[in-house]
Amino acid sequence: MDEAPVAVEADEARDAVVAALADALGDGLVASEVQPGVDAWVRVTADAWVAAGEALRDRCGMRYFNFLSAIDWQPSPYGRDMDAQVDGPEAREPEPREPGVTGGDTRFQLLARVHNPDTGIGVHVKADLVGDAPEVDSWIPVYPGADWHEREAWEMFGISFRGHPNQVHLYLPGAFEGNPLRKDYPLLARRIKPWPGIVDVELMPGDDSDDDADSSGGDAEGGDDE
Amino acid sequence: MTATADPQQLSYIAAQAADARVNIELETEGMTLNIGPQHPATHGTLRVIVRLDGERVVAAEPVMGYMHRGYEKLAEVRTYPQVTTLVNRIDWLGSFANEVPFILAAERLMEVEAPPRAKWIRTALFELSRIANVVLFLGDMGVQLGAVTPVFFAFRDREFVLNQIEAVTGGRFHPNFDRIGGLKDDLPKGWIEETRGVLGRIRTFCDEMEDLVVGNEIFQARTRGIGVIPADVGLSYGLSGANIRASGVDWDLRRDSDMGLAHGELDWKVWTHPDGDSFARYWVRLQEVREACTIVEQCLDGIPSGPVMAKVPRIIKVPAGEAYAETENPLGVMGYYIVSKGDLVPYRVKIRSASFNNVSITPWVLEGTYVPDVISILASLYFILGDIDR
Repeated sequence: MDEAPVAVEADEARDAVVAALADALGDGLVASEVQPGVDAWVRVTADAWVAAGEALRDRCGMRYFNFLSAIDWQPSPYGRDMDAQVDGPEAREPEPREPGVTGGDTRFQLLARVHNPDTGIGVHVKADLVGDAPEVDSWIPVYPGADWHEREAWEMFGISFRGHPNQVHLYLPGAFEGNPLRKDYPLLARRIKPWPGIVDVELMPGDDSDDDADSSGGDAEGGDDE
Repeated sequence: MTATADPQQLSYIAAQAADARVNIELETEGMTLNIGPQHPATHGTLRVIVRLDGERVVAAEPVMGYMHRGYEKLAEVRTYPQVTTLVNRIDWLGSFANEVPFILAAERLMEVEAPPRAKWIRTALFELSRIANVVLFLGDMGVQLGAVTPVFFAFRDREFVLNQIEAVTGGRFHPNFDRIGGLKDDLPKGWIEETRGVLGRIRTFCDEMEDLVVGNEIFQARTRGIGVIPADVGLSYGLSGANIRASGVDWDLRRDSDMGLAHGELDWKVWTHPDGDSFARYWVRLQEVREACTIVEQCLDGIPSGPVMAKVPRIIKVPAGEAYAETENPLGVMGYYIVSKGDLVPYRVKIRSASFNNVSITPWVLEGTYVPDVISILASLYFILGDIDR
């Protein structure tokens, strides 16, 4: 009932966060997006990664460390793994990269979220990382809680964090090779046998395409869903 | 030279020298002790390597991964409705609550909103999951400190809550009941009245725990002032839920942000405690179970009529975009960051689970404590291994 005033107020607060960050980082802030009343994203350069954390903590009151992870924007050469691939995994032509909110130019993108417990506003911070074995400064001096998250990102994506005191495997066994959350790391279970759950998304007989498959009778929401 | 020396100063120096000699004679070599993976005090397969100096912990290093199931990778090859089956198994004691933030994030991307009745039933089930989850903690904490009785009470009364969850969803531990756009089904007949009776039992259980555990001198001696986490440290490590509220931070997503459930329309209270010790964490959780009973009761009174499912396409394709939704789960803040490319399957799902952050503070908080307190601190941080390892 009182959603509208909250949304406007939150929007101003999120804009203020972006403005403070732009003031603190200058060229370090590459892009930003605010969804009014919902969420905010900023993209900074990898060099400004630690400065962004400090600015958020000290100038925006984002004392709460929420999470840190990464996104691999290069689609898997093996497709989505949704199809039964018993015939053998043949690498296909790589699909083009399509970066998401606030864009991106590189394959790997850091993603973190910090939060201000006083105002209830959170912001996602992204940073493009160059190369196939990227490096970035550690956030531990700013947020000690980043420790395990960086270890996880290191083993899952192969992103090294400069200055991390204990960059060893967190989940995986010590001798594990590869970075499982990279898109080109195959999911071996799908190579061995077809996924039985595939039947759930098969079209019913008589359905021509996904969009007409709406059983509840062609509502507008289903139609413009593409 | 000696003429100017103060006799008091001389005696002080002599005493220091004597102390140093004793310390050298008694010096023990540091010992490394493994707590877990199969230790009853670790709630599953968490292993904590502690470096000891006598009985004092010099350094503690938790080792996880014994239960890592790779849900973030698996979610990339499952359709959106199939993902709820996976995330059910993250925090297995309050599993319905795991589904809710994922569904909320997907609904935000699809711009679908569940009808009011579905929201209220979700809220009731969400809080019932919290009761089922935290009640076990309230009993289990006693076991960790040597009191066996409370956990039998906890299992006894949790059974009734699980029965109610089963009556609606068909699953005691893995409901898989939440759908994008609403719920799988409506409530069964007579459920509301039965649930009222169960809430009465849980309230009695809370009173019993207050008498048996909170008022117990031994319990207080083992938890008061033990494992103190200041608010600032807790925030920088990303502690959430009752762990951070026990450090005096008045922050609860159910009240402070629009999670997409019905909590904002209900009358309830967020409990905090200023001490930040093991006792405070227990006490806050005890109050939260009582508060959850209040919330469920109000839900039962006020569930609006109407459908439980919005109109969504039968084959769910989520439009391209990114969304993050988080809720205040029994263990703390749980969130899902979904990257969608307009496909049947999510492109990337980042699972932000509460216990992972809650346990990441253990090296900090265990340093300088004593071995018996390690158990009480670990127990009071209350983690579920599935919620750490995902």
